[in-house]
Amino acid sequence: MNSYSTFGTALHRLAILCYVLFALFPLFWLLKVSVTPNDLLYSEGVRMWPSRMSFEHFRFVLAHSAFPVFFRNSMIVAGATAVIVTLLASLSGYALSRFTFRGKYWLVALMLLTQMFPLVMLVAPIFKMLSPLGLTNSLTGLVVVYTAFNIPFATFLMQSFFDGIPRELEEAAKIDGATRFMAFRQIVLPLTLPGIAATLGFVFTAAWSELLFALMLISGNSAATFPVGLLTFVSKFSVDFGQMMAAGVLALVPACLFFLFIQRYLVQGLTAGAVKG
Amino acid sequence: MVFDATAGFPESRRRSLVDRITRHAEPYLYTAPALILIVTIMLAPLVLGLSYAFRDVHLLNPFSGGYVGLDHFRTLYDDDNFYRALRNTLWWTGASVLLQFVFGLILALLLDRPFAGRAIAQALVFLPWAVPTFLTGLNWAWLFNPVIGPLPHWLYALGLMNEPANILSNPQLAMWGPIIANVWWGIPFFAITLLAALQAIPRDLYEAAAIDGAGAFRRFTSITLPFLAPTIAITVLLRTVWISNFADLIIVMTSGGPADRTQIVASYIFTQAFRALDFGYASAIALVLLVLLLAYSMLIVMLRQVLMDRA
Repeated sequence: MNSYSTFGTALHRLAILCYVLFALFPLFWLLKVSVTPNDLLYSEGVRMWPSRMSFEHFRFVLAHSAFPVFFRNSMIVAGATAVIVTLLASLSGYALSRFTFRGKYWLVALMLLTQMFPLVMLVAPIFKMLSPLGLTNSLTGLVVVYTAFNIPFATFLMQSFFDGIPRELEEAAKIDGATRFMAFRQIVLPLTLPGIAATLGFVFTAAWSELLFALMLISGNSAATFPVGLLTFVSKFSVDFGQMMAAGVLALVPACLFFLFIQRYLVQGLTAGAVKG
Repeated sequence: MVFDATAGFPESRRRSLVDRITRHAEPYLYTAPALILIVTIMLAPLVLGLSYAFRDVHLLNPFSGGYVGLDHFRTLYDDDNFYRALRNTLWWTGASVLLQFVFGLILALLLDRPFAGRAIAQALVFLPWAVPTFLTGLNWAWLFNPVIGPLPHWLYALGLMNEPANILSNPQLAMWGPIIANVWWGIPFFAITLLAALQAIPRDLYEAAAIDGAGAFRRFTSITLPFLAPTIAITVLLRTVWISNFADLIIVMTSGGPADRTQIVASYIFTQAFRALDFGYASAIALVLLVLLLAYSMLIVMLRQVLMDRA
């Protein structure tokens, strides 16, 4: 029994190790190539770490390419989307959690429907709708589109966080003379901070990663987001691997920071969202 | 408190009409911004897109826009590329969902057991999920590239390849590239969802079963699996629909090539809209895809009903 459980424990740790290696290896390789100087790139192709490190690719990308602009654009788009969505979704999530009202059923059905149909269907019509408004090739247009796409899931997520807060707290505040909105703002919202953080993180990551609509709606460098910029760069200068991977590492940083920030809430948040949404 | 309520009586009656109106309007005020955005940015384009399917809409042709009836669907009926994309979609979705689910379940079971450093291990194995999909695609495309990536050299050293070649340019194997990237990226989603479901199973059930002499395998099949079944059913269902629409990795890694061997329906729609600028035809394909997905969902719901009636 004892040797069996020692063997089982060893097997368990080994399996975990395999998963960790599988998860990290591609990112490790990205980092490795990004710090390999050009003259060693091919001669030390399959070595695990170059014999000499250099940050020349990062320097080049930051100083001589349009990537800082792409980075700024993506930050603006993802940041604005995350803030607006979280704001609107906390309102609508609160309504779904606390009120019974006519049309609630249809609202939920509509939101579920938006989660079911392929968003790629909307690529052409959205382009046609936004171009007369001057919202193609603009960051505002992207923020509007991403906000709408992310609101349904964020609403369900916020609703599940509100459901976890006892109603008695607001009842007490109302007896003390507060309006419902005051109770919402001063009592419920502060208690939902973890939920708000998780929603911000989810939406930021989603907006930061979005590719298809950005490709369709944005042409030219000035309003390009990181995915569009990197993909254009790859198809134009597909030989400069060091620089591309340096840019890739830079694109990875904000997403990973946000992930580390929210990953505590992941198991809690995703279950609630996934099961309902 | 009783005293307060009586003292404020006249004022509270004056307020009550306003109060009643506000109370009625309140839920709508809370939900209005979200609802307006969803209707204008998602529902309106959806309806517009459905109308495109019956019109001739080319982006660069100002004279286009006329009604063409079912012409797009007739073209689609004879479009071999569409049928190939449909077969590829089945293969891409089936393989991705199955592998993500199996490896995700194993990971969830491994993480359900307490061990030193579990928090760190969990953060690390879930990390791929945070990697933007375009970067996941590029990263794996680079790993498969013999010029810069190690994978072809390893496969060659293991004797699985005659020479270190890029599987993404091999028509027979190319689909495996996006599938592997998708599995890498999607395992955490299944693991997170299943782990949360595992942690909701009451622990004393296992203890009771162990006292009754049930082995580890027996406990897994008669406690864990039945408890997980609803979560498994709903996540697999949702992910199947989602992955069959998920074109990012394919567009980034292969653009549907070589020789259309990795073109799925979703990437075919995007290619028609983005490269050919043929919005009408793209919308017609999208409409067919929507109908197929609806049929799939209906079928699952009906199947579930039949199974529940029988149970």
